[in-house]
Amino acid sequence: MLSTRQLEFKYPNGPSFSFPDIQCGEGEHVLILGESGRGKTTLLHLLAGMLRPSSGAVEIKGEITSKLNDSALDKFRGQKIGIIFQTAHFVESLSVIDNLMLAPFLSGKHSTKEAAMAALKRLNIEHKANEKPSSLSVGEQQRAAIARAVFNQPTIILADEPTSALDDKNATEVIAMLEDLAKTSGASLIIVTHDKRLKDKFPKQIVL
Amino acid sequence: MNLLKISWSNIKHRPMNTALSIVLLAFGIGIISLMILLKNQISEKFDRNIKDIDFVLAAKGSPLQSILANVYHVDAPTGNIKVADAKKIIRNPMVLEAIPLAYGDNYEKYRIVGTNQKYPEHYGCVLSQGKMFETPFEVTIGSVVAAETGLKVGSTFTSVHGFDNAAEGDADAHHHDKPFTVVGIFETSNSAIDNLILTPVESTWLVHEHGEEDAAASIEPSVTADTLGGHNHEVGEAHDADEDREMTAYLIKKRNKGAFGMLSKLAENTTMQLANVAVENSRLMNNFGIGLSAISAIAIVITILSFVSIFISLFNSMKDRKYELALMRTMGGTRGTLFTLIIQEGLLLVTLGFALGLALSRIGLLILSNTMKDNFHYGLDKLGITSWEVLLFGITLLIGIVASLLPAIKALRIDISKTLSNA
Repeated sequence: MLSTRQLEFKYPNGPSFSFPDIQCGEGEHVLILGESGRGKTTLLHLLAGMLRPSSGAVEIKGEITSKLNDSALDKFRGQKIGIIFQTAHFVESLSVIDNLMLAPFLSGKHSTKEAAMAALKRLNIEHKANEKPSSLSVGEQQRAAIARAVFNQPTIILADEPTSALDDKNATEVIAMLEDLAKTSGASLIIVTHDKRLKDKFPKQIVL
Repeated sequence: MNLLKISWSNIKHRPMNTALSIVLLAFGIGIISLMILLKNQISEKFDRNIKDIDFVLAAKGSPLQSILANVYHVDAPTGNIKVADAKKIIRNPMVLEAIPLAYGDNYEKYRIVGTNQKYPEHYGCVLSQGKMFETPFEVTIGSVVAAETGLKVGSTFTSVHGFDNAAEGDADAHHHDKPFTVVGIFETSNSAIDNLILTPVESTWLVHEHGEEDAAASIEPSVTADTLGGHNHEVGEAHDADEDREMTAYLIKKRNKGAFGMLSKLAENTTMQLANVAVENSRLMNNFGIGLSAISAIAIVITILSFVSIFISLFNSMKDRKYELALMRTMGGTRGTLFTLIIQEGLLLVTLGFALGLALSRIGLLILSNTMKDNFHYGLDKLGITSWEVLLFGITLLIGIVASLLPAIKALRIDISKTLSNA
């Protein structure tokens, strides 16, 4: 499903990282733990194809992503990978539901407003559908970002510190939602975090 | 969901910047397009009034004024000339045709012009109702006169002494008591005749002869061609008996080149002068053009400012929007998508500004047209899109692209990993 081989990355004039090989099967949930500065975000960006590795390869569904050209990679990412960032970002001028609709539009998939509404409903934020993202609370924003990441039914969900900005209650909720959504859609879930609260929740762990 | 919707939302999301850009552009484009409309329509109107008239023979004074007064009917005449003197010039073989004009009275500020049928014929005027004036005190009126005064075929009215721009209540503005009868109405010809009341030359003489009962009898209708001396002169103005009468001007068509120098010589040492329509008109258009150019220059500066404003607005928004632009890439948007998005926002802004500008120029034209109608009886009412404006739109779009190019390139170059990890 997803595997990496001898993945290395060097920032120009910056630190270089080499990462342990990762194997993640279909529907499998993996937690990647690491202290600050160990290259967690770098690894996630490599997996997502937002960075190209200095050496080594990322293979997703039989496709070696570093071999794709830029726009093919953009489309591949849009269709196969759902990404949840540490801080939720939105197109500020669009409503929450339109931000969701953006995912199928940009990746060239087909979807409907009803499906987007149902996705928001699963995360209990359907009442915010027509509001601008900036009017949502941080917890609501994170849920909306999750709804968007899974809306395209990606084969892999990548989450970068999804709980670090949240309190215990919200963090537990968000993780439960992520696991639940990944399970129902059969997607693999990879979470990179330094959040110790998640340690006991995932049997498969990789420490950087 | 489509890219245009996203562009449109982004524009609406920054209402102040958007309003500034659009309003600046609208004013710039509005003024430029108004200048184009004005220049085109005024010169078109002028050309239609000139229509093959080469010279104007009138009393000495400013030659430009004599054109303005006698061809366009927007100024007071330079004075009167004696028919006897004028005949020495208009019977010259170099004159193909001379149309007499005699005026000094008005009705509700519309000029009553004594002339012959050659005058409406020259402008291709067609009767919409009634008949052409034939005998003294019969009038055929222009379409605008009919519409504005409510005169109909069969209506009678008395004239007021003075020119159309003489205000009511002037000492000059005394009423005459000999009534005119409307016998016909012209269809709109878009020439000066639309705003004129035409009558035989004799009426304008007789109207000032209070108490001279026999005067009317001594003057016969004189619309037949004058065949003096075997030449078939198409002059047809007045008979020899009228030679000490006065005329305001003659509109002259020349028979051959070089006529101006020759005929001007004949007018030397008289109280008359010959004005060359083409020369005076080009002088008028040049002077007018300088004014238009000055205003256009200001408009161009405003337009450039609007493009600077669009550029700055888009460029600044890149700073706030780099996260969402990077985000769009992670969701499958390509560099091309982002580039198109930003260019499209620039194009939307200039299109809105341009549309508003066209609307403003039409409003401006209507306001100016009303003012001109009141002051000169000159209407400018063609509100359609001119080919100039199509060209102007092309240029606007092009500059819109240029203004959004740098921000779009900036969007294209966003490092998505760096942008999203520094959040």
